[in-house]
Amino acid sequence: MAIIVQRPKLKWWENLYLPGLISGMRVTLGHFFAILLRKKKVTMQYPEEKWDAHLPDHYRGAPALVTDDQGRERCVACQLCEFICPPRAITIKPEEIPAEDKWAKVEKRPRAFEIDMIRCIYCGLCEEVCPEQAIFLRKDYAITGTSRAEMVHDKKRLYEIGGVRTGLVNKWNELK
Amino acid sequence: MSEVKPDLVDVQIDGVWHQFPKGTRLIEACRQAGAEVPHYCYHPKLTSPGNCRMCLVETGMPPRPAPGAEPPQPDESGHLPISWIPRPVIACANTVAPNMGIRTTGAITEGCREGVMEFLLANHPLDCPICDQAGECTLQEYSVEHGKGESRFREKKVKKPKNVEVGPRVRLDDERCIMCSRCIRFTDEIADDPVLGFTDRGSHTVLTVYPGRELANNYSLNTVDICPVGALTSNDFRFQMRVWFMRETNTIDVNCATGCNITVYSRQNKIYRVVPRQNNDVNSDWMPDSHRLNFHWIDGESRLAEPMVKENGGHRVASWAEALAKTADKLASLSGAEIAVIASARMTNEELFLVNRLVKQIGAGHVEVVPRLGEADGYLISADRNPNTNGVKLVLGIESPGSGLEGVKSGIEEGRIKAVLCLQENLVEDGGFSPELLGKLDFLLATYPLANPTTGLADVVLPGACWAEKSGTMINVAGRLQRLNKAVEGPGQTREPWEIVRDLIQALGGGNGIYSVTELFNQLASEVPEFKGLSWGQIGDLGISLIDTGETIPAIEREKQRKAAGLIVG
Repeated sequence: MAIIVQRPKLKWWENLYLPGLISGMRVTLGHFFAILLRKKKVTMQYPEEKWDAHLPDHYRGAPALVTDDQGRERCVACQLCEFICPPRAITIKPEEIPAEDKWAKVEKRPRAFEIDMIRCIYCGLCEEVCPEQAIFLRKDYAITGTSRAEMVHDKKRLYEIGGVRTGLVNKWNELK
Repeated sequence: MSEVKPDLVDVQIDGVWHQFPKGTRLIEACRQAGAEVPHYCYHPKLTSPGNCRMCLVETGMPPRPAPGAEPPQPDESGHLPISWIPRPVIACANTVAPNMGIRTTGAITEGCREGVMEFLLANHPLDCPICDQAGECTLQEYSVEHGKGESRFREKKVKKPKNVEVGPRVRLDDERCIMCSRCIRFTDEIADDPVLGFTDRGSHTVLTVYPGRELANNYSLNTVDICPVGALTSNDFRFQMRVWFMRETNTIDVNCATGCNITVYSRQNKIYRVVPRQNNDVNSDWMPDSHRLNFHWIDGESRLAEPMVKENGGHRVASWAEALAKTADKLASLSGAEIAVIASARMTNEELFLVNRLVKQIGAGHVEVVPRLGEADGYLISADRNPNTNGVKLVLGIESPGSGLEGVKSGIEEGRIKAVLCLQENLVEDGGFSPELLGKLDFLLATYPLANPTTGLADVVLPGACWAEKSGTMINVAGRLQRLNKAVEGPGQTREPWEIVRDLIQALGGGNGIYSVTELFNQLASEVPEFKGLSWGQIGDLGISLIDTGETIPAIEREKQRKAAGLIVG
């Protein structure tokens, strides 16, 4: 259904645009002179100063894998993040957990887990789709490298960024 | 009652009247009417024990008048009114009756489904993220349609054995099992190896293998296909790939003359699994494990990917043009009687058709194929392990394939045959040609997907695509023409065998402009009388009966008997 938007009826002096232009210019020039007279500072001296302290909780930085308070890698290689990833940045190769492993009952884990950070668009769908609370977008935003290969985060690097996360659902406890 | 044919009965499904033959199961009648009834234990190829209770539907019959009361009168459409029965019945094991009414929706039916789903999920481990069945699991599908979305079960779930090896190829997870008994019935009724069964009672019931036995018969992986949940999974496919990533290609199996219809699952040019595809005239719903698992060599180490020519005792990579030109030069210097062409009964009709042209063009004195004979297993494996022996007879015109091989061998021995074109065959290992014998040849051309002793001896080696990398048609043991479809691309410079033969013909000066396998099929159809009037599209996914060979497939014959006896729907 089409919605008809009522446009505001402008007065004749508003139609001239000059008053709007002048009031805008006044703000700009106000900042200009404040900075010129060193009364105010708007530039952050990156990288000496960083955004880190100002980042909101919902900030979406580099995706990373986490281990839980029992030291278990949360990811079970279900490949749902690989499926949902819009730029296809994620590649997972699953493997079976050997019978002698402490977490053999989980049966499956990633043998390789790679996120191509050149492709990643930081959308957060991987975190949203994960049924195991294994992948989270952290606050790391300065992802750089000098080669394409360096920009591919492997499993080891992903766990480094992710670290330990506590307070997650304990789905694979003994009672289950 | 409206006028009906004697063997048809009127049935009302969801308010619409339909006609079905007597003896039709309610579930099949509903399916044909477009109202799919959810089910777990019912399988058209197995008997119906009716133990999952998922297919409960509400039914009704015309009311029976009390003594002395007026009998019900038909309405203007000729049907009697239906009085609905408050107790639901299972749709899988009951048959239609005249003037019957079925409701596949409504409070009773839907309430039953929700109740059954809640019971099934009460003890379910909900480990979909690690379960191989996820994505093709009926428990998942029906819980979306009929589930509650949350569990009211607050007690501890029953613990059952997990990750149990019930056989060399099948893994069992008892917590996922929903006791449908499909696998038990399959091993009992189809595979004649009844090793599975239920033990214990109530919610502690577990599927187990008989003590001291294992599910090891050559049809065991079919239980994985028919398992509606992830209780039985394939060791070979375990954790290899999630099913939603894979592309499905309908093609046929080439490990024996039965030509089981299969679906190849691949992702990013790699085949992950092969499963049987229903064709009631060829393989029903089944296929042997030995054939199903024979695909891992396709992306193996020993695949040939480049044309090669022999120089100074070793092979070096060459371009197609160079390899073909070298072959053409050599053949031009020999007379036709000095050349033998060994084709393969694993080639498609189209390839054999071009081989026939090549043979005529060079006037080759000998043309033969390598026979492969084994033992029939009395189910789906044919004694003839070549998939297209009937095609060889029909298209290449060899009366009894394989009978002339000894003649070729003695010809080489005596020096009458100086060159052999070995197309898609392994002469040393399968044809019984000794390396010393082949060493006497002036020239040996070998095309094959894999490096083998024959290609090791060959002067020119051409990489030919394997069965999963080519399209074409084959004729199975019962004379059915079936289509092979390309599932993946061959590695490197591989070409499909029909392209190789076409290029050889062109290199020898016989120009022809064939650029697709369908075009080639049309030429074949116009020249070989049995194929007259056929088109590529006409063959379809299930194939068509082309010739009568008088041979039958034992498993299919038994299924027909079981269907005639009313044991199964078929």
